[in-house]
Amino acid sequence: MKAEIEVLQPGLFSSIQDLGRTGYQKYGVPASGVMDRYAMRICNLILGNPEDTGVLEITMQGPHLKFTESTSIAISGADLSAQLNGNLISINERVEINAGDELKFGVPKSGFRAYLGIQGGFISEELMGSNSWYEGLTENERLKKGMRLIYSPGRSAGVDTFSSIKIDSDYVISREIEVYAGPEFEKLTSDQQKAIFDSEFTIEGTSNRMAVQFKEDFHNELEPIITGPVMPGTVQLTPSGKIIILMRDCQTTGGYPRILQLSEYGIQVLSQKVPGEKINLRRKEYPNY
Amino acid sequence: MSNYPQISPLGDRSILINLDGKISPETLEKVLFLKEKIENLEFKQNVEVINTYNSLLISYMFTIEDVYGEVSRLKYLLSVANIPKKSNYKIFQIPVCYEKDFGLDLEFISKEKDLGLDDIIKLHTAPLYQIYFIGFLPGFLYLGGLDNKLHISRKKSPRRSVEKGAVGIGENQTGIYPKSSPGGWQILGKTPVDLFNNNEDPPSQFSAGDKIKFHAISKDEFYEIEKEIATGNYTLKFEHHEG
Repeated sequence: MKAEIEVLQPGLFSSIQDLGRTGYQKYGVPASGVMDRYAMRICNLILGNPEDTGVLEITMQGPHLKFTESTSIAISGADLSAQLNGNLISINERVEINAGDELKFGVPKSGFRAYLGIQGGFISEELMGSNSWYEGLTENERLKKGMRLIYSPGRSAGVDTFSSIKIDSDYVISREIEVYAGPEFEKLTSDQQKAIFDSEFTIEGTSNRMAVQFKEDFHNELEPIITGPVMPGTVQLTPSGKIIILMRDCQTTGGYPRILQLSEYGIQVLSQKVPGEKINLRRKEYPNY
Repeated sequence: MSNYPQISPLGDRSILINLDGKISPETLEKVLFLKEKIENLEFKQNVEVINTYNSLLISYMFTIEDVYGEVSRLKYLLSVANIPKKSNYKIFQIPVCYEKDFGLDLEFISKEKDLGLDDIIKLHTAPLYQIYFIGFLPGFLYLGGLDNKLHISRKKSPRRSVEKGAVGIGENQTGIYPKSSPGGWQILGKTPVDLFNNNEDPPSQFSAGDKIKFHAISKDEFYEIEKEIATGNYTLKFEHHEG
């Protein structure tokens, strides 16, 4: 029998993600990949997988899953009250699974995105060098009811591979987003340059894997730029004052001024912010170069 | 001394290079030459380089360990790079059916610009368009070379869905929708040709620097080509240009 995870309920939005695609942006293909790279790494370290093994990225309301064969799993990132056969399980720990076990999620306790890693990784469609799902490109785009995720059954010898890993969970509740100045930062007035770091911003409900937006507008008179390169973490400012922070599924080019650029840690923190949460932008300087 | 090209880090894992200059074939030529130089460098980790009209972005897979070192060697590379005297590119022939069933906004363009339908087709098929880069959507070509007479503003309210293959104009740009998507361009025709194919590697036959020429086909020819594509019997025509 094939080892499968049966999706009994899909939850809000879950997809298989790894580090994403390299080498296809020149064809306009988004990089994709996990929003929170740190959580993916932790899952894989706990399970003894290569660090870039694909994981299931789970957004806020988790799915209800049933395993057909034994394996080991680990959940990292957000704490979404995971339960195995009705009993709460800890995050950032290896959990042994038996055939027939059911995994469910409950009330989100902290963070926005949880990562489910499985020993040996999911066996899924590889396209352009990545297992990451992306709408319109890959066969699957999000978890659906009745879908089956395939994995290799069996547990490894149970070596406690992670006892030496120091896990930092503070970032999940941090409300400071670390940013560098972007290419068009100097076009803001000095008052605006100050105001953007003094203001509090609220995460908009429409935020997704493509972009996070803020509820508050930031008034400005910046002209559009000649369409230029953008990447995950690029902060765009529209003429109407919308702040758009591009995330992993973003387009490769854009015409709005790029006022800031999130650090990798900034992307990690922002990935865990729930719509409605308030954050501050904190400036980071580039190392001397 | 010129301050260009400007080289600076963008976040923890990329370096942005800006060249002086507006949207022009000359700027693109410089950009693509530098891109090739950079692609031939050795890197300690996986990188990819994309270009736009006057910029290059080098994206690293992970955080760049020695930003100072990377920026310095790029500065050196760019300071000694001579601009090439010749360039190689492909010229693709793209069939477009400009009949009214596909050219949803032909009449509007005709009234707005005071041009006959034949004039619009003539003006749109005459230029050799240059591919500046691919972006926005997978397979979407940013083309330069649209005749001034065809510049027209976008639709006041975008269509909810523009069909895959639709050929349109938005301001001073013309382009092809690589897949069905919402869009505000004025649509003047449709090509049966695939601009992007998930199952091919590379997924797009086009590269920045290549050129394309549109030619008008009838509806019968459109459906004929569509059939050939579906059965795997169609090859897009192109010629190499060297020197």
